[in-house]
Amino acid sequence: MEGLEQIKARVEAAVPGANIQIVQNASPSQQYSLRIDNEHARDIAKFLRDDPVLRLDFCSNVTGVDWLDRTLKKTVKVKKVVDGEEKEVDEATEEKIPGFLEAVYHLYSMTHKHGPVIIRMQAADRAENACLPSLTPVWRSAEFQEREIFDLYGVRFDGHPDLRRILMWDEFEDHPMRKDYREPDDYEYEPTPHDDVLAKAKEHYASRPQSDGAEGIVEGLKQV
Amino acid sequence: MNEGIDEGLRSQLQQQGVWVTSMQELYNWGRKNSIWPLQFGLACCAIEMIATAASRYDIARFGGEVFRPSPRQADLMIVAGTVTKKMAPQIVRLYNQMADPKYVIAMGACAISGGPFKQGYNVLKGIDRYIPVDVFIPGCPPRPEALLHAFMELQRKIDEQKLSGANKAAHLDSEQPSEFPVPAFGKHDLEPPANPNVFRPPAIERA
Repeated sequence: MEGLEQIKARVEAAVPGANIQIVQNASPSQQYSLRIDNEHARDIAKFLRDDPVLRLDFCSNVTGVDWLDRTLKKTVKVKKVVDGEEKEVDEATEEKIPGFLEAVYHLYSMTHKHGPVIIRMQAADRAENACLPSLTPVWRSAEFQEREIFDLYGVRFDGHPDLRRILMWDEFEDHPMRKDYREPDDYEYEPTPHDDVLAKAKEHYASRPQSDGAEGIVEGLKQV
Repeated sequence: MNEGIDEGLRSQLQQQGVWVTSMQELYNWGRKNSIWPLQFGLACCAIEMIATAASRYDIARFGGEVFRPSPRQADLMIVAGTVTKKMAPQIVRLYNQMADPKYVIAMGACAISGGPFKQGYNVLKGIDRYIPVDVFIPGCPPRPEALLHAFMELQRKIDEQKLSGANKAAHLDSEQPSEFPVPAFGKHDLEPPANPNVFRPPAIERA
């Protein structure tokens, strides 16, 4: 299979105006992906599917990713004049990256038996109506998985034929896979709580006043 | 069992081929040996339930082989598997549609408490929040022997039910409810999250 650089060049030649970035992946898998722009997403997807060399005719997996607001801290060496001398000084810079929602598509070719090629689309933000173009018209197998992302992450897919919740009920309002989701507090009883459950359990324990006679002594010590 | 007849006389008559019994004993004997379960499964526990019904374990030995696909004809609801919050209203509705007398076996860790999914957002933390459960079986999933044990335990329970008096069986007591409110789909959770008339969790004692 062609390398991502080559695919990127060919897509940009075939789809005028397409903006594609190669996203590095530092993990051991080294699986790099293509971030495609939302405006030309469907044309790019059609090209990837129909191009005789690539023929990425099978979309195996569609995933959502929730990126919270984050600050990237860097230390940069800057030349500064200190006490009349020019010195290299470490300067900490902070870059604020606003949060956004992302959809990741894993594409394979049944014809040529190659893959995966991974494409990503990035929504503008993580607001209630974060929008992405639907790729269901290109790969039918994306239909349910885009519905799942709509349900669990709250991404609206424009052009999806049947965008409804798929796992949770229609009246449900939250998006449980978002990182800031808080589940309903329905704690009742746990015989042996531990870790996160213990923290949750402690919130529900009624505070019992200390009544072993030591309070007076403690109070007395405080006054001294 | 037989309040009206002397046990010795009864035994003597039995040796002569005369069987004396009470209405209550006859009624319970008939019911406990013909329990028709409702035919539905929710997750992997249902596979064990199917195995229990098949030839190797053979629940027919206890009179429970007639799995009915309609709640109108079923006596026993085996809640076999994970009850998601989306499925819970349908389970309660099926229970309400069953005719009295009716019984419930909560089979497996999920059905009794939510099991491994207890801390999740989408799984009901035990079906006993909405309907009364007669027998709980732990296990993930419980083996067919465990389900048979639960079945025999239920038979024992039926055998001890009274037809009259203050402690008579719930289905004969017109004051006892036979239907329970179906929870509604709320914005964040089921509403209500549990039926307080059915579900009373133990009080938290730690401080």
